[in-house]
Amino acid sequence: MNFVLPREEATLRVISLLAFVALWQFAAWSMQSQTLPTPAVICTRVYEELLSWVLPRHLGITLGRVVISFLLAMLIGTIIGVAMGRSRKLDLLLDGWLILGLNIPALVTIILCYVWFGLNDATAILAVAINKIPTVVVTVREGARAVDRDLLQVAKAYRLSFWTTLSRVFLPQLYPYFMVGARSGLSLIWKIVLVVELLGRSDGIGFQLNMFFQMFDIAGILAYTLVFAAIVMLVEVAALRPLERRLTRWRN
Amino acid sequence: MLEVEINRKSYPDRGGQVHIALSGLSFRARRGELVCIVGPSGCGKSTLLNVVGGLDHDVDGGVTMGGVVPEHSIGFMFQEPRLMPWLTVLDNVMLVAGHTADDRRRARELLTAMELGDVLHAYPGSLSGGMQRRVALARAFVIDPVLLLMDEPFVSLDAPTANRLRNMLITLWQRCNTTVLFVTHDLREALSLGDRVCFLSGAPGQLVLDLPVKLPRPRSADDPAVLALQSELLQEHPELLAGLASGKDTGENDNA
Repeated sequence: MNFVLPREEATLRVISLLAFVALWQFAAWSMQSQTLPTPAVICTRVYEELLSWVLPRHLGITLGRVVISFLLAMLIGTIIGVAMGRSRKLDLLLDGWLILGLNIPALVTIILCYVWFGLNDATAILAVAINKIPTVVVTVREGARAVDRDLLQVAKAYRLSFWTTLSRVFLPQLYPYFMVGARSGLSLIWKIVLVVELLGRSDGIGFQLNMFFQMFDIAGILAYTLVFAAIVMLVEVAALRPLERRLTRWRN
Repeated sequence: MLEVEINRKSYPDRGGQVHIALSGLSFRARRGELVCIVGPSGCGKSTLLNVVGGLDHDVDGGVTMGGVVPEHSIGFMFQEPRLMPWLTVLDNVMLVAGHTADDRRRARELLTAMELGDVLHAYPGSLSGGMQRRVALARAFVIDPVLLLMDEPFVSLDAPTANRLRNMLITLWQRCNTTVLFVTHDLREALSLGDRVCFLSGAPGQLVLDLPVKLPRPRSADDPAVLALQSELLQEHPELLAGLASGKDTGENDNA
């Protein structure tokens, strides 16, 4: 790996972004088509949608679903993952289910959930969480298997309580795996939540995108996508990276 | 009084065969006595400490202290420092010390007395091996242990660092009146530290010689008296001590 200065890094990132916009602009000019509006058109559209409060309302609803299903999936996935990583028997019992869960198409789970549990918000969140739980389980199980027995022996030798052992000896060893699970899980959820909304909800970004599709409103689709992408990056920069830095401070 | 009575301790080895680690081993230690346990690699020394420390309950036998099974205030030092890499030096000690402000002050004072005052907020990964052992030693003593179990804690250190740690151990031990079981395969280390040295045979480990060491303190591993005692022992019991004379720290783990 060659070394890059922090200032250089920022410059490179800006150049990358500008190049993207320039390419887009160039493509829009050369095509001169309704199907690819220029960046300026999209920006205006974003501005209008923000002012009218339509976009913020749908975005808020979608983000709410993302957050709840993310937390639910992380919690359940972690518990199952730790249990499977620590118990060989449980691992053998559940491994087949896990492979099934990993490979079943998201669309199938979503449709079945809606059919079985009705077209409501709880089902929507459940459907997203179910799609994500297996990937969390796999990652956390890996972490639980790699837990250092020597350090657990220290906890036992000094008669640390169950909660102290869990929070200060056991879980810190899982944090790196946790971060991997959160990252990959979040990117999965962003994608699935839109499908869930498209199929069975009458609000949220997914629902709006479907409407724009029906009306062939490409500017609308790109405007929503742009805002959505911005939110994803914001979460990465403002939440995940600082959290990761905090959890892995001791490595430096 | 610590009373250890192990009739039989076995575990399945890698091939699935039953391996008898200890058999018919019994000894006592007075309150505040420092007992060194030496024996060849693989004689079950680590297993013995794990049983005494309550890490291994699957044993035919028992351990009592003052008539009851020791459950609290047991310090343990392993071959490796085994500090939590995600906790600072102070937090590593606080992990076992308790939660009150008083505990915190005690931990700070102890660490400062052990010349770790400058690295209270450093992470173990940034410390030298010797300093990490010092933190582990502080962790063991911060709980005012009635019983301290040490499993070759100073192996794979250079001689001056190991000597310094031994001196610290003796200072803390004399202050706290702790009963110490100190496992080593280094005869000179045992003679320089112990009030008594118990010799174990090869597996299954049995007590073959229980030797009081009357040499005055402070002693060091290089004292002529220690060296004289060592060579005297080697002459008297050559068969017993085969494999111990080198006094070299090889860092082997006899708890396969």
